[in-house]
Amino acid sequence: MSAAHSLLSARGLGYEAGGRWLLRNVDIDLHAGEIVTVIGPNGAGKTTLLRLLLGLIKPSAGRVERRQGSTVGYLPQRFDADPSLPLSVRGFLALPKPRPSAALRESLAEVGVAHLLDAPLQSLSGGETQRVLLARALLREPDLLVLDEPAQAVDFSGQAELYELIARTRDARGCGVLIVSHDLHLVMASTDTVLCLNQHICCAGKPEAVERHPEYLKLFGTAAEALAIYQHEHDHHHDLEGKPVPDA
Amino acid sequence: MPELLDDFFFRALLAAVGIALVAGPLGCFIVWRRMAYFGDTLAHSALLGVALGVLLGIEPVFGVAATVIVLALLLVALQQQRQIATDTLLGILAHSGLALGLVALSFLPQVRVDLLSYLFGDVLAVGKAELLQVYLGGMVALVALMAVWRPLLTATLHEELARAEGIAVLRVRLVFMLTIAIVIAVAMKIVGILLITSLLILPAATARLFARSPEAMALIAAGLAALAAVLGLLGSLNFDTPAGPSIIVAAAILFSAGLVLKPLRGD
Repeated sequence: MSAAHSLLSARGLGYEAGGRWLLRNVDIDLHAGEIVTVIGPNGAGKTTLLRLLLGLIKPSAGRVERRQGSTVGYLPQRFDADPSLPLSVRGFLALPKPRPSAALRESLAEVGVAHLLDAPLQSLSGGETQRVLLARALLREPDLLVLDEPAQAVDFSGQAELYELIARTRDARGCGVLIVSHDLHLVMASTDTVLCLNQHICCAGKPEAVERHPEYLKLFGTAAEALAIYQHEHDHHHDLEGKPVPDA
Repeated sequence: MPELLDDFFFRALLAAVGIALVAGPLGCFIVWRRMAYFGDTLAHSALLGVALGVLLGIEPVFGVAATVIVLALLLVALQQQRQIATDTLLGILAHSGLALGLVALSFLPQVRVDLLSYLFGDVLAVGKAELLQVYLGGMVALVALMAVWRPLLTATLHEELARAEGIAVLRVRLVFMLTIAIVIAVAMKIVGILLITSLLILPAATARLFARSPEAMALIAAGLAALAAVLGLLGSLNFDTPAGPSIIVAAAILFSAGLVLKPLRGD
């Protein structure tokens, strides 16, 4: 796995604003079919990193390379349609490119909200909005799916479902997925790589490896234990001698 | 038809309806993007454009369009800082522009400029050449707006989403600014600098009450603006009231009627 084959790769990425480095020396590689989750406390520079990777802002140091001709599907953290703009889900999905009704219906069905086709955009709940945004991103047939705190506006039971949906999408489409989250509990089992960010990358690796990393424990303290418990309950069980065995 | 064009009232009707047809759809974007004060600021600066046009010996329309574009760019540049909020900036630029225009015109005593006709419009004095300006300008603005409709709508919903998806948002916004500049330049003669923004936002706000899609809202707004133009001019003829303000009063009455038919809802 090298930068040459990756969908998205960044080397030595840094961002400076007002004489302060918000991010420094970040390396990232994201490959097709891979889910990378960036976690970090508030103010760690997660959104800055995402905006750099999407090309919305220019890095002060380093560079970002995206595979030529690759399509990005982006789910922003906040999406509030202005009430003065009358727009249905159908109209939103057909922006900026008009598409046949059947395709719109199919994409909504894929994320489980087929009944919302003619609902006004402003009437959607947080979870419904995320699903509609995902449906619209999928219509673009993305090579790379980028999600900024996707579970923030979703109630707790909806969060697990949403992550499951993202994992299923990756399995079905084989796209690369980049997720940013501040909530440790939501780092799901299907994540391939976790990047722990606090202005720089503190540690990176598989979720099981990161959660034992001293840098990670230093950064998250007691909250880290909660993640360990979460992982304990969900990704392995114990054999008769008490040794952990990964779930099949 | 040629004889009809010799009639000042018929020319006025044609000019007002022409400007209304493009003001409706453009006004929708002004409403969606919450740019009412932005439009107002640009319109106020138009008087400076008139003075510049006279000074440089070019048609006032071009002076106005150029000034409005420069001011729009200046505003975008000034918005990059954070120490002074946008509403303050808009207030500063609107009234500085208007005052500067008035002062500049007073330096040109050899030219007789009918100030009131610029401030409140003089649609009944529209000649054939100006009628041509309205229709050419209006056509260019409408075509430009239609060309960027979908990307502009996407960027209006969520600018970063549009940019992440590869829409050239800056270019689209420049085209949008350009259409605003053109419409202000040609609408100045019809409803006047001080009332242009209301011709943009009143029909659009009324249309919002009835529309279920952006396109429907734009079409309804165009229709309502044209209706206001006709009603306003007829009223002005009947009651001997100033034409530009009468058009805006008609638009305001249509808005009130809309509110009665479809009261504003919460949520």
